[in-house]
Amino acid sequence: MTDASPANPVESKRPAIVFEDVSKYYGEVLGVSHVNLTIPPGITSLVGPNGSGKTTLMNLLTGLILPTRGRLSVLGLSPRRPEEFFRRVGYCTQFDSFPKGLTGYEFVANYLALTGLSILEAGNLARKSIERAGLADAADRKIAAYSKGMRQRIKLAQAIAHDPEVLVLDEPLNGLDPLARAETLAQFQTFAQQGRFVMISTQVLHEVDLVADNVILLSQGTVVAEGAIHDVRTEIREQPLQILIHCDRPRALASQLFDSGEVVEARLHPDGGSILVKTRDADRFYLALNRLALEDIAIESVAPADDDVLSVYDYLIAAEDSSS
Amino acid sequence: MTAAQSQWTLWRAQTLAVMRLEWKKSFLPRRGLWIYLLALAPVVIFGLRSAYLAAHAQGADAGDDAQLFASVLQFFFLRLVVFFGCAGIFMNLFRGEMLQKSLHYYFLSPIRREVLLMAKYLAGVLSSVVIFCASVILQAVVLDAHLNSTAFRQSFFNAHGLATLAADLGVTLAACMAYGGVFLTIGVVFRNGLIPAACFLGWEMISSLLPPTLRRLSVIYYLKSLCPIQPAEIASRHNSFLALLSLKVPPASASLSLVALATLTCSLLALASWRVRDMEIDYGTE
Repeated sequence: MTDASPANPVESKRPAIVFEDVSKYYGEVLGVSHVNLTIPPGITSLVGPNGSGKTTLMNLLTGLILPTRGRLSVLGLSPRRPEEFFRRVGYCTQFDSFPKGLTGYEFVANYLALTGLSILEAGNLARKSIERAGLADAADRKIAAYSKGMRQRIKLAQAIAHDPEVLVLDEPLNGLDPLARAETLAQFQTFAQQGRFVMISTQVLHEVDLVADNVILLSQGTVVAEGAIHDVRTEIREQPLQILIHCDRPRALASQLFDSGEVVEARLHPDGGSILVKTRDADRFYLALNRLALEDIAIESVAPADDDVLSVYDYLIAAEDSSS
Repeated sequence: MTAAQSQWTLWRAQTLAVMRLEWKKSFLPRRGLWIYLLALAPVVIFGLRSAYLAAHAQGADAGDDAQLFASVLQFFFLRLVVFFGCAGIFMNLFRGEMLQKSLHYYFLSPIRREVLLMAKYLAGVLSSVVIFCASVILQAVVLDAHLNSTAFRQSFFNAHGLATLAADLGVTLAACMAYGGVFLTIGVVFRNGLIPAACFLGWEMISSLLPPTLRRLSVIYYLKSLCPIQPAEIASRHNSFLALLSLKVPPASASLSLVALATLTCSLLALASWRVRDMEIDYGTE
């Protein structure tokens, strides 16, 4: 990612990524079904078990496959017009295959040359992009000799080389070591902070949870939930919200919260200085907690304990899988 | 610069970028070694003949050489060598990349699929022309290698040798373009191109035995019509199996042949362009 803004920087009312009743069947086999989404700028994580339709959705989004039904657009552009579409969209695919015989530098530079840039311009941009991906030392080696992590990095370098406004990333953290994962996620955050779109599919939920603004949960080809992570969590009413409270007298607080009738469960945390409570109505719970705080219990911090992608995934998908 | 001019400039730049990439793939493939061997086959045949003639001090005049060359060109080189070579080169342009799971590299770039198709086609034509025209030149040189240097020069420079060779190279170019168009289209339209390619081969083979009207529906008819020495001349002299394959059908005029081959090629490329827009990356089922 560069510091330069995209050609068309952040606009308040610009078109987003839109799926309108999109379905995809592979013969008789369902890929995704009746997907309706409007994805805003920022980082959106696509979450679901293997075979839930994440890659299908990304391939549909980028025109690698065509919908059986429905329409989709990105920034008002159709992927069926690649000459415009891929000037503003970059896609780091899950495919771990490359044109034969290319070095990392040639892989990125040739891609840029396909946009119409001169060899010199393409070469300069390719070097910069590869450097940002942390692969400058290996740029002139054949990709066939790269490790899994290096191949992942060169794909990322290619996806961001033309400074796209929309970045679609299918399992981008696969094969990266912890340091590289942190650096890569930081790059995505920078990218999103510039008002661009980052769509990430991953199974490393706890890492994406740190950076994602929105989540789309997929299961068996259908969208189970979508939106800001907090909003999605709030909508899961059958699962009580978990809240972790640090205070000076956790036992007394637990007792008083039970008396207030706003918690369904309270457990002392192993650290001895906090309690984990479960409530079905967060608003009324916080009112009760405020009253107690005004009395004689010193509350240090209050934080949701399951307001994250992992918990949402567990509630909506893992539970469904285990029950079925 | 107008929008149209800038569009053409962009397409030209993109076409050159694709051709640079394809050039490497077409010329240095391990899997494509058989195409080089195929192209060398007639050279080897002529080489063995020249070696035999030289070893046995037997002479063959330049006229016989020219007829032999024309026979091999029309009945072996164009029908089999160029045919199968083009099948190997052009059918792999899209389907081969699908098998290698690398086609998404192109499909994710901001290039019109039609421009991509034309660029790949041109890259294929360039590769096939270089390989097969080089073969034709080598064949011509090796064929006359048994002659002494004076006769060799006479054959090449004073007996229309160069003009005939130029015409043969032109026919080879036309064959690469026409067969290239056919096989590129097969590679784009069909998931498994072997069956349609086999059917096309069968048609090209049996068309020589069909009535004249049907014979005009084959590519080889127009290619043979463009050849500087016609099969009828060869057949009447040799009165052999070749006579059967060149049965009394007058060749088309050069202009008609060129128009027919160009029309076929353009029509097929238009069909392939239309189909490539809907082509999906589906590596799992290849």
